[in-house]
Amino acid sequence: MPEQHESEGVVSSAGMGGAMDLAVSEAETLERTPGGPEGTGPAGKPRSLWSDAWRDLRRNPVFIISGLVILFLVVISLWPSLIASGNPLKCDLAKAQEGSQPGHPFGYDGQGCDVYTRTVYGTRISISVGVLATAGIALLGSVLGGLAGYFSGGYDSLMSRITDIFFAIPVVLGGLVLLSVVTSNTIWPVIGFMVLLGWTQVYRIARGAVIIAKQNDYVQAARALGASDSRILLRHIAPNAVAPVIVVATIALGTYIALEATLSYLGVGLKPPTVSWGIDISAASPYIRNAPHMLLWPAGALAVTVLAFIMLGDAVRDALDPKLR
Amino acid sequence: MLLEVRDLQVEFRTRDGVAKAVNGVSYGVDAGETLAVLGESGSGKSVTAQAVMGILDIPPGRITGGEILFQGRDLLKLKEDERRKVRGAEMAMIFQDALSSLNPVLSVGDQLGEMFVVHRGMSKKDARAKAVDLMERVRIPAARERVKDYPHQFSGGMRQRIMIAMALALEPALIIADEPTTALDVTVQAQVMDLLAELQREYNMGLILITHDLGVVADVADKIAVMYAGRIVESAPVHDIYKVPAHPYTKGLLESIPRLDQKGQELYAIKGLPPNLMNIPPGCAFNPRCPLAQDVCRTDEPPLHEVDENRRSACHFWRECMNG
Amino acid sequence: MAEAILQVSGLVKHYPLTQGILFKKQVGAVKAVDGVDFELARGETLGIVGESGCGKSTVAKMLVNLEKPTAGEIRYKGDDIGKLSGKALRSVRRNIQMVFQDPYTSLNPRMTVGDIIGEPYEIHPEVAPKGDRRQKVQELLDVVGLNPEYINRYPHQFSGGQRQRIGIARGLALRPEIIVADEPVSALDVSVQAQVINLMDRLQSEFELSYIFIAHDLSIVRHISDRVGVMYLGRIVETGKDAEIYDHATHPYTQALLSAVPVPDPEARERRERIILAGDVPSPTNIPSGCRFRTRCWKAQERCALEVPLLAVPAEFRDVSGPAAHDSACHFAEETVVVPAEETDADGNGNGNGPG
Repeated sequence: MPEQHESEGVVSSAGMGGAMDLAVSEAETLERTPGGPEGTGPAGKPRSLWSDAWRDLRRNPVFIISGLVILFLVVISLWPSLIASGNPLKCDLAKAQEGSQPGHPFGYDGQGCDVYTRTVYGTRISISVGVLATAGIALLGSVLGGLAGYFSGGYDSLMSRITDIFFAIPVVLGGLVLLSVVTSNTIWPVIGFMVLLGWTQVYRIARGAVIIAKQNDYVQAARALGASDSRILLRHIAPNAVAPVIVVATIALGTYIALEATLSYLGVGLKPPTVSWGIDISAASPYIRNAPHMLLWPAGALAVTVLAFIMLGDAVRDALDPKLR
Repeated sequence: MLLEVRDLQVEFRTRDGVAKAVNGVSYGVDAGETLAVLGESGSGKSVTAQAVMGILDIPPGRITGGEILFQGRDLLKLKEDERRKVRGAEMAMIFQDALSSLNPVLSVGDQLGEMFVVHRGMSKKDARAKAVDLMERVRIPAARERVKDYPHQFSGGMRQRIMIAMALALEPALIIADEPTTALDVTVQAQVMDLLAELQREYNMGLILITHDLGVVADVADKIAVMYAGRIVESAPVHDIYKVPAHPYTKGLLESIPRLDQKGQELYAIKGLPPNLMNIPPGCAFNPRCPLAQDVCRTDEPPLHEVDENRRSACHFWRECMNG
Repeated sequence: MAEAILQVSGLVKHYPLTQGILFKKQVGAVKAVDGVDFELARGETLGIVGESGCGKSTVAKMLVNLEKPTAGEIRYKGDDIGKLSGKALRSVRRNIQMVFQDPYTSLNPRMTVGDIIGEPYEIHPEVAPKGDRRQKVQELLDVVGLNPEYINRYPHQFSGGQRQRIGIARGLALRPEIIVADEPVSALDVSVQAQVINLMDRLQSEFELSYIFIAHDLSIVRHISDRVGVMYLGRIVETGKDAEIYDHATHPYTQALLSAVPVPDPEARERRERIILAGDVPSPTNIPSGCRFRTRCWKAQERCALEVPLLAVPAEFRDVSGPAAHDSACHFAEETVVVPAEETDADGNGNGNGPG
């Protein structure tokens, strides 16, 4: 439909009723308050989307809180001994399932290990698995999806069929089959498996967002100026298509930390003596009635971490949308 | 008077503040008469119509004052289910965008017939026959065959005819048409406008035509109400207003449109922008853009002066405006 | 006529319609543009009018290289744009810029005004050294009547008319010779349209610009254009100077189009003879044989279905000089007064030729 937008434009020409009327006049308000959000004199430094977003984020309490939580988590996953002096693998079966006591605020788990120390040490694995797997799917999914959405045609058709195949693989069953043949005791096979099955999720979102973004007139305008494909993709399409990817990625982060727990529980994920929240949660779940503290602390840490990442994602997404300023 | 709106006030409460969309609008329309409500986006012309129809989004919208008298009853005092009976049956609305106003998954025959099934309790078969009849009345060729077609199978002009048929279905006393031809091409626009005017005469309906197009108004309206920032700034019979406007805004609008039959050098342009509805200037809302503005305009809100028996102007200097 | 800086001949754009997923088979084509010729002189404004689907926007896109023509030539100062590449092509592109219709979607919402207007310099760095760009952007803002201090604001902080000024500033950044404006004011409020039209008028003389001004609003096109081409279903059916088209139209489609335009003068209601066309524009996938307008034309005869009328001065006017002697693609071209001028009161229907 080569000329469709002509008639659409005419439709938009005349304010479609009240809501639209208001939206238009709202846009007009801002420019009549000279100075705007921040007095920007002619000598003011040039600003870009990213620097504006950063200025915005620094003032957003949601960002500050979630950022501090995440910073704290990162620091203790790098140097757990900063706040936990014990050894997570030093256990005393005699104390199994015992509750809180001086020096051991979270009590002991089923093996008689200190829950506080294990929870602190578990941060490293859980955060690494969540962050690396999410980074992997976000990178792979958005690059492949972005290209498919932008270039459409044969590549797009081929990729879409491939993603359909991946979507058909059940995650848990796939994990049981694929991971059971792996003998490595590192986190990489688990991360690899997550990326392998998870990238299609981001792929679909990214592809859709790019297809929507590329229909905008400003993309045509850039093309008419002679802009290269890479410039159009990076400057015009990516910033306008990134929001849904961020949302999906932050949600995915939580699910991957949980998925690591599931796989560990099934015995194909991480194996003891590796210390992770997932392993501890699965180990504690049979004792939830007698010794809930064993489950509560690692699960609580997991919940706080996931929440912090989701809040961070929310704040970043809002900051990248100038309309919300 | 078929419909009389008296001192209507509507606000929208948003996160950023209260937008005063309609600030004391009064107008009336008789059976068989066409009132054109002219204004730009943000003038409150559509919001007023939505309040009359009872389709305003509440919240964020809120009617804070006034009366809407329809055939003697104040619609604002009716209960919602009584209101619903008025809507569609006694007054109907035609929207700008026919494609999004029609349900894409139902055939046009079903959508037209539904009116009769719901409001008149007709059988499906009778309703279908009525639908064909209506489509013939709005001159859709091969109505009997096309009644089974879906909205996307019709052209823009034909879809707008279907909208008109739908509005006419229950033979309402009043039709409100909100930019009915804006989305159409000029040649089709003329067809649709002609049809609407003809059907109006045939059924002796009142018609409120909401538009920004001074040309369309001149073609069909009997009288005009010009709106600016939620107020009526001038109301007059159609011939008077085009000859000698009595408000500087109307005058500016008329002078700023290029004419088909004239080729001028520079167009007159009203300076500035329409006001922000959350922060309407004190005094006359038009004063920052007005060439005639004096100190009094910045402090005193002008009342609707009586220019003559049928004519009103909300300008302190309407005499000066009319004299040159 | 002054030297032509743009010559378009035989311009065609067909979009193939295909069926099948793996083995694509062409089953037809959307003939969006189907043989268009025109010339544009330096400093001139050529208006192109037509209804939606007539191909006018596709022509605009081909002029700024957003679409590749299926056939035909676009010559800029004698060079066929389709045969250029590399540096030569870039310099041509720099000289033909576009202003878009919708000021709400044509500006990237996530870029500041400074970045939007400065982007042309980043794509064509040879035009302005890096240090000067910011100042140049501020000059451009000033030229289009916006406060240069607004450079760090985002598009949504501006009204429609102001956004369109930003779009125009972006189009001017590379100091082009030709600006292709596709419905530049149709999305704006009436009182703001005049401001933007006046701005475009002023810029034309200030920068010696040539405009291709595409619109569906005949009144605005008349106001701004020196010459006008009327398009119908992918072809120009009538072209000439503005007075030739508006006051002496000889093609029935132009006449119908003109007569359908509502004139803001209630007195004209009685005087005007309306030509109301029957039906809708045929689909561009299935263009009628012979004259493409014949399915809606009240003058159509057998000859119209068999013979394609050429865009040339019609035989009956060939020997007369005067405004009626201009190109019109109709076998039965005939002059009709459809827009009664204001001074000449009374008989608009003297020559009225409406169907009924």
